Amino acid sequence: MAFDPITAETRFGCGLSPVVAPPTDVAAMLAALAGPDTAATAHPIDSFDTARNRIAAMSKARSAIRNSGSDTAEADAKTLRKAFLRETQGHWIRWFTHSMLRRATTGDGLRERLAFFWSDHFTAKGKKNNLSKTTTAYAESAIRPHVAGRFEDMLTAVVTHPLMIAYLDQQNSIGPASTAARKRENKKLGLNENLARELLELHTLGVDGPYGQTDVRQLAELLTGLNWSVHHGARYLPRLAEPGGERVLGKWYGAQQGTLEDIHNVLRDLARHPATARHLAWKLAVHFVADTPDPDMVAAMERAYLDTNGLLPEVYRAMLDHPAAWTGTGTLKQPVAFIGSALRATGLTPADTAHWEAHFVRRNLLRPLQIMGQPWEDADGPDGWPENDLAWRTPQGLAARLQWALRVPEILGREPTDPRQFVFDALGPQPPERVRFAAEAAESRREGVALVLMAPAFQRH
Amino acid sequence: MPKSLTRRTFLSRAAIGCSLAASPLVTPVSFAAAPWDNRLVVIILRGGLDGLDAVRPWGDADFAAARPTLAEGRDPALDLDGYFGLHPGLAPLMPLWQAGELGFVHAVSTPYRNKRSHFDGQDMLEAGLPALDGITRDGWLNRMLQGVPGAVAETTYAIGRESMLLTRGPAPVSRWTPEVDIGLSAQGLMLLELTMQDDPVMAEVMQQAIRLAGQDGDGVVVADEAAMMQDMAADMKALRGTKGHLRIADFAATQLRDTARIASFSLGGWDTHARQAKNLPKSLGTLSQTLLRLRDGLGAAVWGKTTVIAMTEFGRTVRENGTKGTDHGTGGLMLLAGGAVRGGQIYGTWPGLSEAALFDRRDLMPTDDLRRWAAWAMRSSFGIGRDQLERTVFPGLDLGDDPHMLL
Repeated sequence: MAFDPITAETRFGCGLSPVVAPPTDVAAMLAALAGPDTAATAHPIDSFDTARNRIAAMSKARSAIRNSGSDTAEADAKTLRKAFLRETQGHWIRWFTHSMLRRATTGDGLRERLAFFWSDHFTAKGKKNNLSKTTTAYAESAIRPHVAGRFEDMLTAVVTHPLMIAYLDQQNSIGPASTAARKRENKKLGLNENLARELLELHTLGVDGPYGQTDVRQLAELLTGLNWSVHHGARYLPRLAEPGGERVLGKWYGAQQGTLEDIHNVLRDLARHPATARHLAWKLAVHFVADTPDPDMVAAMERAYLDTNGLLPEVYRAMLDHPAAWTGTGTLKQPVAFIGSALRATGLTPADTAHWEAHFVRRNLLRPLQIMGQPWEDADGPDGWPENDLAWRTPQGLAARLQWALRVPEILGREPTDPRQFVFDALGPQPPERVRFAAEAAESRREGVALVLMAPAFQRH
Repeated sequence: MPKSLTRRTFLSRAAIGCSLAASPLVTPVSFAAAPWDNRLVVIILRGGLDGLDAVRPWGDADFAAARPTLAEGRDPALDLDGYFGLHPGLAPLMPLWQAGELGFVHAVSTPYRNKRSHFDGQDMLEAGLPALDGITRDGWLNRMLQGVPGAVAETTYAIGRESMLLTRGPAPVSRWTPEVDIGLSAQGLMLLELTMQDDPVMAEVMQQAIRLAGQDGDGVVVADEAAMMQDMAADMKALRGTKGHLRIADFAATQLRDTARIASFSLGGWDTHARQAKNLPKSLGTLSQTLLRLRDGLGAAVWGKTTVIAMTEFGRTVRENGTKGTDHGTGGLMLLAGGAVRGGQIYGTWPGLSEAALFDRRDLMPTDDLRRWAAWAMRSSFGIGRDQLERTVFPGLDLGDDPHMLL
């Protein structure tokens, strides 16, 4: 087996579209990825700094009210905060709509899939109110610009990002012998190993990687000083840093005075480590191709990674050039991919989303995603979403997909395409015969469209 | 795919007795036998239930002074044991108390102290660990199941839209929310059955989905599109509105009567910072209705084998605040119900409400670890080993003496 346009769009893109033609070959897929990010321009999402500046402005305004000495200060501050949270929610829902529009309209579907894959690899979310609902902006700023670049650049952007620093408790980590600890600035704080552990276990080497608890501890000490604030963003605070060098995976980093440079150095070395190459090649192959991917294909991807010091498009190329990438039945679509590809198959346009007000999106898209088992940007832990089909093929998950598929007319706000045509829009020129029959025999457009979307051929990549 | 399948043959097949009842998608299935006969229901009360208001220490000399408005009114009909009295919102449960099917453990908490965050508090409660170190990946109910041979996904149901840390982990657990409601025409259902033939594994899961969707109130098959839309809108409204807890209770009862042995769900609405006298009765009413509905749904025989424990992330401050509510506290209340419990009594050690007796001079002092009570509920219901409970389910917990809370 080798490249075919239908598989290319279904397995490595966002699904078939009645409007956008699938890619013609692997070179075209990679060329699109190397080109400008037109989907992001067409359907913009705010940068993390924009979101952070909003938080900073709110917090400044709130302090000003509190310090005003007014009788109603407390109540006014509360009102301001409520308004801010409502606004934040509004931005977040608009970003979600734009994420769906990107999937529905793009000619560069691989980029959307990769942006989702890497955002999941680097799962982070706001645990406290202020940072809640900033994951979209984080992914837009720290991950999306690097999906066609070097892994080490993405890793550095993510690990030194405020949201990751907050999510994995790096903001509470201080060196036991740091200036801050000696001056007892905050007695509650000490060394926190969370970021260091996940950095090794999840982000780079993998859980079976060649590291031990000593490496975790040393890396945690090396990371001290890395912090952030609402007003300044990420920053390095030497007074929090553990003095002296640290030895991670047998190599010494840092000297008497810690610096951000040392952190960049260890991140680069971790990114280029052979265990990282193996871990990432495997994970990409599992996500895109099969729960148990062809070892020869994974080996080719791993080699490409090592040969180029983690130049990601070369890893994708190794996958797409391998015959095993084009065989098998594909993986079960995760709920976000299912909804995205369903909307794409209906030919969703920005005009169709004109009636997508916040409560409408919550009820018709976000809540269904949650019931399908994949609440938007809300994975349970830093390990992100499970990759195996088993995790998604649950009674509740499938029932929720069917329930949602039956709501497509309301979601579009217009009559969907005739199922007899839709079956080709969604599944290509040769849909499975049973599905074609069902689309023709359905009593209503609504049921016909839902039956096509629920067909095993549509549920899989 | 048989070439002979045409619209006409499909429809005539439907007409000549390949009736809906015989469709594999709606045929009942049987599951393997459950590992035990007893039932356990775990309810998480999210938001921090004010145990001092729910079960009021009328006999404590400091109670009335700490709560000028909240402690008002003592209905003798709600007297529990001469020292404690029940909140009027729980009055519907008085018959259970009198029948010995309702009890409480007072002044208990998890090891969570001082930070008073709902999210961390609930994580502690559901993780069942002595401290939160990084991000927790499994809950205590799941860790218990990991040690039970014969526990399958259908043994345990986590009910509701939210993923609960309590049941999360490697042991298989079924999830369902009664919000999921499918309405298809008879024809649509048969066509779905047809398309699913392309993937037998998916077909099997879809069959379970249809079965579950048909069990939580109304059928799957609807007469026409208008009926379907009406049905779906009504269901969404019911769950958003005031009846969601009843559907959850009904669904839990249906599963527990069948092969399920454990059900778990959450009830919210306990974070009563203001106007507690107005707000708490609603939540207590919901809890009361849920328990009674569960009892009715289970029927006498199964109710007799059932233990319900309801627990919350922390209690609330002893003193009423300036907005006639209470703030996040420490020591809290655990509720026990079911035909299997030795009810009609208040368990635990009462620490008293004098200022010196309080935790941090503001909260009810926890005199016991609530995980110990959850552990004994599992030990007494399912015979889970002491060693497994102390090492795996609640690492480092000392189970202590059997409180004999079950019959």
